[in-house]
Amino acid sequence: MLASILASGLAVGAVYALIGITYNTMFATSRVMSFTAGQLGMLGGVLGSLFMLELDLPLVLALPLTLAACALIGVATEFVAVRPVLKSLDQHLYVLSTLAVALIIQQLTALGWGTEPRPFPRLLDLGSGMGDEKYWLPVATCAVTIFGLEYLYRRTLVGRAFIAVAEDNFAACALGLPERNLRIASYALAGAVGALAGFSGGQLLLAFFANGPLLNFYGFIPVALGGLGNNRGAVIGGLALGLFQQAANFTVGGIFSSVMVFTMFIAILLVAPQGLFGSPSTRRV
Amino acid sequence: MDAAKDHLALPGGRAALRPQALPTALLPFLGLLALALLLPLTGNEYWAMIATRAAIYWVLVAGLNLIVGFAGQLAIGYVALLTLGAYTTSVLATGNVLPPLPAFAALGCAAVVGAVFGVVVGLPALRLRTFYFAMTTLGFATIVTQIALAWQDVTGGGIGITGPQMPAPFDTAWGFYYFCLGIAVLCTWATGNIARSRFGRALIAIRDAEVAAEATGISKPALLVSVFIFAGAMAAVAGGLFAGLQTYITPEAFTFELSLLFFIAILIGGRGSILGPLLGTILLTLLPEIAAPLAAWSTFLYAVLLLVIVLAMPGGIAALLDFASRRPLPANRAILPRPAALETLMRRRPAPGRLRLDNIMLAFGGVRAIDGVDLEVAPGEVHGLIGPNGSGKTTTLNVVSGYYQPQQGRMTLGDDPLVSGRPQARAAFGIARTFQTPRIIGEATVLQNVMIGGTIDGRATFLETLLALPRHHRDERHLEQAARLALEAVGLEMLASARADRLQHSELRFVEIARALMLRPAYLLLDEPAAGLSSEEIKRLGSLIQAISRQGTGVLLVEHHADLIFDICDHVTVLNLGRVLASGTPAEIRVHKEVVSAYLGA
Repeated sequence: MLASILASGLAVGAVYALIGITYNTMFATSRVMSFTAGQLGMLGGVLGSLFMLELDLPLVLALPLTLAACALIGVATEFVAVRPVLKSLDQHLYVLSTLAVALIIQQLTALGWGTEPRPFPRLLDLGSGMGDEKYWLPVATCAVTIFGLEYLYRRTLVGRAFIAVAEDNFAACALGLPERNLRIASYALAGAVGALAGFSGGQLLLAFFANGPLLNFYGFIPVALGGLGNNRGAVIGGLALGLFQQAANFTVGGIFSSVMVFTMFIAILLVAPQGLFGSPSTRRV
Repeated sequence: MDAAKDHLALPGGRAALRPQALPTALLPFLGLLALALLLPLTGNEYWAMIATRAAIYWVLVAGLNLIVGFAGQLAIGYVALLTLGAYTTSVLATGNVLPPLPAFAALGCAAVVGAVFGVVVGLPALRLRTFYFAMTTLGFATIVTQIALAWQDVTGGGIGITGPQMPAPFDTAWGFYYFCLGIAVLCTWATGNIARSRFGRALIAIRDAEVAAEATGISKPALLVSVFIFAGAMAAVAGGLFAGLQTYITPEAFTFELSLLFFIAILIGGRGSILGPLLGTILLTLLPEIAAPLAAWSTFLYAVLLLVIVLAMPGGIAALLDFASRRPLPANRAILPRPAALETLMRRRPAPGRLRLDNIMLAFGGVRAIDGVDLEVAPGEVHGLIGPNGSGKTTTLNVVSGYYQPQQGRMTLGDDPLVSGRPQARAAFGIARTFQTPRIIGEATVLQNVMIGGTIDGRATFLETLLALPRHHRDERHLEQAARLALEAVGLEMLASARADRLQHSELRFVEIARALMLRPAYLLLDEPAAGLSSEEIKRLGSLIQAISRQGTGVLLVEHHADLIFDICDHVTVLNLGRVLASGTPAEIRVHKEVVSAYLGA
């Protein structure tokens, strides 16, 4: 049982962590928490299944197509739901506009793809039992993503520009950084990361239109616990959440595990509203 | 102008103080009620069902409106409380666990359970940021449905449970309709009472100007908890009625779509309005009936509607109906303070002791913003606090008003110690303040903005206000009278009924002063009140400040206009790099060598 808990816990944990990174990537350049993060994960699964099982495309084509489609949806989100409300960030209209876009995505998927979960193909056909690819693929993807992002942020000029915008929007603009284009790029990047989460975890979560809200919630927990904008915190939080959830699942059963996760989450947040690794909020007066 | 006429009648009788707009504001509600009462004439029981559903939804939305529309807390998953109420009522009425209760008793129990869980669901809002709170309410909605599914012994699981059976005469379609309509009318009346009271204004203040709300002594936790109790109870009652209407409930009846309907009804209606969300609720209940072929698309349509509202008409229906705010304001108006009004406004205030700061030290990280400041302000004194940018003037003000917690030193008012870090406790000490950037509720009228300043003077409790008991009316009369006096004192009484966001910057500064005067402050802290004012306005501001101080109020004035400072101050303290550089009369400071070189210039 321990092996099952570990394998499935780390796998779903990695998916949650990737959704957490999706939130963070969008938040970094726009200060907006977007409800679309989970829907991007859902689309990763649905589009992957669509391309590979319905259209019989090989993995090398299906993966880039899925990533590109989700990146496009990320950019569309920026245009439709984020940019128009940025100037009044303190009114929190983004909560509503991104919720609306997330629901539109979900309902269109339900109408076009159907409301039943559909299978997701095996990708590499490697491993079996606890070493099956459905368990280690998300973990590997999460590792590759986090190292890729670290490389991007620390070693490349574009990545440093991202960090500059994330740190201080006004100063970055004053330096002449193309703040708007960087924001669009970060939404595209977030779309691709979200798609990766759904794609790599497709064999666990299946291609199902209702995965969105689920991923939204469980992907948000690592962000809230790890501190907004903190990718490492999100990975640690995501894996911990996955293990905790699966352990509860195997020992006390599904419904109580949801209640436990929810209660834990609220309790921790009430004690440390800024998250376990986050910094306290800024001055208000 | 109407406002001016009202005002002239002021000192005389109470009758003149009754809001003139009330009857006209009531007309749409009465119209809707008349339509609702005539509906049975159609004899169509299908319509009875739809209208009953609209009434039930409104019972929930009316309460939720205070949370979302007034307090601005984005509680999205409110279907959770509807579910809870529906199951509590059904389980108690069917007698699954205990001997069966009569339907009304079950409904009452549901209200109590709803009130408790309303607080539980709402608690995170007291600590967490907007998006976090939205997420936790969503999580709660999911959990409740899952529990309803899993707890088969009690809830019947996926098979469901029968709803409560109402006794005669409410057991027919139209009888039940009248019953629900009656509760809906009661809810409208009760939320209306709250909305037009100091509680309603305080809720909007929390939403749009939280920092200013704290400075006027509004306690966000206490206020929100009262509202959560009320809204939770209403939502659970709505749930019980919903179960009665459905006659049979399963967890599937409580979809996220319903949550969305409640939430969007409020946003379509417009924030801070009651008529708007009422119309929104009716509209959204009717929409799927009218567009029956589109049933599969209804969530999609709600989502599109939400997006359109947020992007295109954030004010909702209420903004469309707000004709008064489209009339132009007089163009060549001037701020003409009439300090004579202060006499009436400020009387019967106990004489305070001195305000003393003793060796206050406050560091942000490694930077010592204030480094051992001593300061003493006497009652009736105008005390200027000047110094270069970054010398710690505003920081000192924020320490006095409790926003910052100094690492060292103590503060006293007379013999009482002032505890730092609790800004909402300052108002009770009679310490009021204004802000460098005016913190005003743009969507409220000038009069309402000023009335917020007197929130802690109200005597009626939340419950008394809900039921419009006599003390509530007395509070309102008293607050409005004081607010009109305060506006007269600062010279803005002709703008009393204008929306605050239509005023000029300089006028907003005077509105803030009027709001601060509502406390009849022992000490008034002004943070750069002259910034952005014309030289004529600065002169008037100066004499207004002096008039205020003559009423016994100590004024602590942070300002950069040296002329104003030297004209009106009795005492001036100069800060530099977080320390007191000099302190004395204006004449002494003007010739103080170090002050001249550090700040004033030769």
